Amino acid sequence: MKKITKKTYLDWYENMLFWRKFEDKLAQVYINQKVRGFLHLYNGQEAVLAGALHAMDLTKDKMITAYRNHVQPIGMGVDPKKVMAELYGKATGTSQGLGGSMHIFSKEHRFYGGHGIVGGQIPLGAGLAFGDKYQGNNAVTLCYMGDGAVRQGSLHETFNMAMLWKLPVVFCCENNGYAMGTSVERAANHTDIWKLGLGYEMPCKPVDGMKPEVVAKEMDEAMERARRGEGPTFLEIRTYRYRGHSMSDAQHYRTKEEVAKKQEEDPIDYVLHQIYDKKWATEAEIKEVNKRVKDLVSECEKFAEESPYPDKSVMYDVVYDQDNYPFLPHKL
Amino acid sequence: MKTIQFREAICEAMSEEMRRDESIYLMGEEVAEYNGAYKASKGMLDEFGAKRVIDTPIAELGFAGIAIGSAMNGNRPIVEYMTFNFSLVGIDQIINNAAKIRQMSGGQFNCPIVFRGPTASAGQLAATHSQAFENWFANTPGLKVVVPSNPADAKGLLKSAIRDNDPVIFMESEQMYGDKGEVPEGEYLIPLGVAEIKRKGTDVTIVSFGKIIKDAYKAAEELAKEGIECEIIDLRTVRPMDHDAILTSVKKTNRLVILEEAWPFGNVATEITYQVQSQAFDYLDAPIVKINTADTPAPYSPELLKEWLPNSDDVVKAVKKVMYRD
Ligand SMILES: Cc1ncc(C[n+]2csc(CCOP(=O)(O)OP(=O)(O)O)c2C)c(N)n1
Ligand SMILES: [Mg+2]
Repeated sequence: MKKITKKTYLDWYENMLFWRKFEDKLAQVYINQKVRGFLHLYNGQEAVLAGALHAMDLTKDKMITAYRNHVQPIGMGVDPKKVMAELYGKATGTSQGLGGSMHIFSKEHRFYGGHGIVGGQIPLGAGLAFGDKYQGNNAVTLCYMGDGAVRQGSLHETFNMAMLWKLPVVFCCENNGYAMGTSVERAANHTDIWKLGLGYEMPCKPVDGMKPEVVAKEMDEAMERARRGEGPTFLEIRTYRYRGHSMSDAQHYRTKEEVAKKQEEDPIDYVLHQIYDKKWATEAEIKEVNKRVKDLVSECEKFAEESPYPDKSVMYDVVYDQDNYPFLPHKL
Repeated sequence: MKTIQFREAICEAMSEEMRRDESIYLMGEEVAEYNGAYKASKGMLDEFGAKRVIDTPIAELGFAGIAIGSAMNGNRPIVEYMTFNFSLVGIDQIINNAAKIRQMSGGQFNCPIVFRGPTASAGQLAATHSQAFENWFANTPGLKVVVPSNPADAKGLLKSAIRDNDPVIFMESEQMYGDKGEVPEGEYLIPLGVAEIKRKGTDVTIVSFGKIIKDAYKAAEELAKEGIECEIIDLRTVRPMDHDAILTSVKKTNRLVILEEAWPFGNVATEITYQVQSQAFDYLDAPIVKINTADTPAPYSPELLKEWLPNSDDVVKAVKKVMYRD
């Protein structure tokens, strides 16, 4: 694994803070109805992504996740302005405004979505790995899913085949405690999600998801196992979702105290403490970072705001690869 | 009469039926402790307890099959899909088992089950969350498909669906749950398979169903100002279809517009068109016009979505076209 250095922590701080503020901005513009539909925010889970990205080879590895997917593509290298624009439904968005909040994609940066159907991305992740193995690409796919998604049949069918065929994929359950209003305890007879790997003899373990260096270490081990041709790993990364499931969630299923208690372990605060403890940055330098982050978020908002809506023809142009596909008319 | 929301009508129908028949239970994601993702089962856990109002994990295939199995063994389940988009994960159980158990067993097993939840678009939810599969289910022998458009119909039809001994797909809308409407006091049932004339008229027949029918009402108001009187038929049940109601109206107006929120290829409107041309060809004074969603997955962007969806202006245009007034 790449060494974890002072720079790693400083980058983690800046990136994680940016993701947090990016999501906060989305929540804010959602209230002003600039962004519509569902909006699933990542606040609290940033260390899972930061740690994973450190372990990945960003020149060739792939990532796929569910609908809580705004910041992962940014981590993979996608211009955040384009992600913001997608949420505004603008022509400059990652999918030209077709996909919206739940469906961010970037072929260029090997981010394969953005999937709205719970569990739907799990076989796709294994399929990306199948392609890499088939083509001898020596690349690994990181396939995320939620604690709710692991109860879908798609996970179980996929785990079996991924082990049978030793596919280079890391399955990563982001256990944030809840699937909408259903806690992990209420969804199954057991709460150790990582143990689902055991039935398939897939290497598996629980991971503390609030510390990026812990995630990075476990992720690196799993990714290298996949790269060596030894097949998949299943990690249950324990984290927490600060905000509601989407924007219209009254959160009666948990207490404010529970959320506040979890926020005491905040991953961004944690990284900042490491930085201050080791005297890797002064308060003035951190202030600079905070300002850069704030400016970049504003830049994203401005870009999205000022971008044009897509042309009506795009609705048809992107459906088929075939030129001049004979679509049926739907109105006069 | 009393005025209640659509979601309350659904809740009343389920609760009343569960009070009279112990074998009925409600199962689905977030139906119990969360009171339903759209609060259509509010208070039901409190009244009926966890044995009969059951939260499931996210496992649409598994709980559909479990419910069907229990229906083969004496229960009368109501299964809520958070939206029918997610029924695709469980559709094998619906099509291959619920719809066919009776036929395959030579009539030995009934499958008295209701699958219910919202259908079609609900704002900018994009491609995977904006689909209408009425015609998919209606294409399947063995199933019945009900799509109410107001609280009173929803309540009466859902009670009939729950009492029906055959599997019923009962489709609602996120955008209707908050709609208020008058509902009769006390017990009433509305039979499946019977359409209703929602507006009397002499010039043009408009057939529609589900929440999109509201655009037909709006268009009819507009057109009335120009002296055009539309007759609006609410199918209410898509399968079996009330062809008589449609034919009777078309024979009177001689013109037909169909408004359906679904993709245009082989949809419910297509079936109506076939039936009308084959049984009332000589009565038609103009080609039938159908208005649908665009022949593409639903786009997210607001401007595109507006274009993708049918609306009341489209209905006005279609009516004028069949009247040769365009
Ligand atoms: C097949 C399917 N069923 C239901 C839903 C509705 N739904 C969206 S997110 C969600 C909860 C998923 O929770 P989890 O997997 O823990 O992910 P998290 O939201 O916590 O990131 C549900 C039930 C869906 N989108 N797809
Ligand atoms: Mg979760």
